[in-house]
Amino acid sequence: MDLTLHVWRQSGPKDKGQLETYPAKGVSPDMSFLEMLDEVNEGLIKSGKQPIVFDHDCREGICGMCSQVINGRPHGGQERTTVCQLHMRSFNDGDEIFIEPWRARAFPIVKDLIVDRSALESIMQAGGYTSCHTGGVPDGNAHPIGKPVADYAMDAAECIGCGACVAGCPNSSAMLFTSAKVAQLAVLPQGKIEAKARVKNMTDSLQEQGFGNCTNHLECEASCPKGISVKFIAKLNREYMKTIGC
Amino acid sequence: MHLTQSTVGRKILMAVTGLLLVGFITMHLLGNLSVFAGPDGINAYAEHLKSLGPLVWVFRLIMLALFAVHVTFGIKLSMENRAATPVNYSIKKRMKTTFSSESMLYTGLIILAFLIYHLLHFTVQITNPEISAAKLPLDAAMRPDVFSMVVLSFQKVFIALVYIVGMIALFLHLTHGLSSFVQTFGWNNGPSHDKVTLGGKLVAVVFLLAYVAIPVLILARFVNI
Repeated sequence: MDLTLHVWRQSGPKDKGQLETYPAKGVSPDMSFLEMLDEVNEGLIKSGKQPIVFDHDCREGICGMCSQVINGRPHGGQERTTVCQLHMRSFNDGDEIFIEPWRARAFPIVKDLIVDRSALESIMQAGGYTSCHTGGVPDGNAHPIGKPVADYAMDAAECIGCGACVAGCPNSSAMLFTSAKVAQLAVLPQGKIEAKARVKNMTDSLQEQGFGNCTNHLECEASCPKGISVKFIAKLNREYMKTIGC
Repeated sequence: MHLTQSTVGRKILMAVTGLLLVGFITMHLLGNLSVFAGPDGINAYAEHLKSLGPLVWVFRLIMLALFAVHVTFGIKLSMENRAATPVNYSIKKRMKTTFSSESMLYTGLIILAFLIYHLLHFTVQITNPEISAAKLPLDAAMRPDVFSMVVLSFQKVFIALVYIVGMIALFLHLTHGLSSFVQTFGWNNGPSHDKVTLGGKLVAVVFLLAYVAIPVLILARFVNI
């Protein structure tokens, strides 16, 4: 099939950037979205033009690197799908496709579709860890954890830190990301010790990084390629209330 | 004070003040509906409120404080959220958010403007002094005639329209607010979320219908002096 791409091109962080149009001809429906871009880039390189710069790594939907807003939806908007797992069969011959980078003050554009997502790392550094004693490996069942708790923590841990929640949020808030980390650790025995300081420090860091405030638009949940629920934001709010004595 | 600076703290402040203001509009609505009971309803109610004396002022000051916190933080948070997205997408599709959630700042400002008009109209009584309770003759039981003031006001199309627009803004604001506070207080466990949202919308509809009934029914001459 033949497609028309409108891709955000920006030579560097200081450049203003603009959408440019490229044809994508003879695209196979079996290609992934990134493979389609690889082919377009081959063509651009052959004709002596700069290839479209985009982030990618595992191409298995687990690394969280591919950060593109496709036709107005982070990762293309297909349920629980990252860009690398989005296939061209979801598009039709003749489609016009708009490809833009994550847009948020906290995610400065490096080049074209690549943004700097270090701000999420800063939030992690503020409290996304547990302090534990080093030494021998603990016994397997030394910390009994019930199945529902383990499942809950695993659901939160599904977050791959891609930043789609920020990209989808009208306020560019990273609350879903932060809440997944806070909730995952808050329910486990290892994380309970620092729970109060964690929620405070991580949400303060979220603000310092220039993310917006959460106003319950729920776009994050709809944007998340891992289906992280806003129930974790509710959990984060409960954890925060504990720090102010509620 | 961490609460007034933290992103979550301020969210909780918005929810708590918002909820208390919903408490006020519930009480206010029940009082207002006494207009349908005629002069003996609303005039007696108004006189009773006045008889509370200094308590009325304590109540007004509390309301003013709640409003000040809600409006100040509402504007501040909205401005921060705009600053967090300096460049807009060429195309952005709405997936789950609603018109009411996206227009909270605007509906809030409309409600604020409405509130100022409403106070000037019925409390200070300077927008239409010729039909104010202060100028109208006392009723049969020698009480200020609030009933006539309300009826004569809403028989004017312009005033009725201002109130209807104000109540539509309130409805949109409540549609988001009444479901959102549950999430903010951390009472959403996942499956309950959609039901709570629906419940919030239904309550907002009840407020809209009940409040709008007053100017609409008076304008349509279902209620006369």
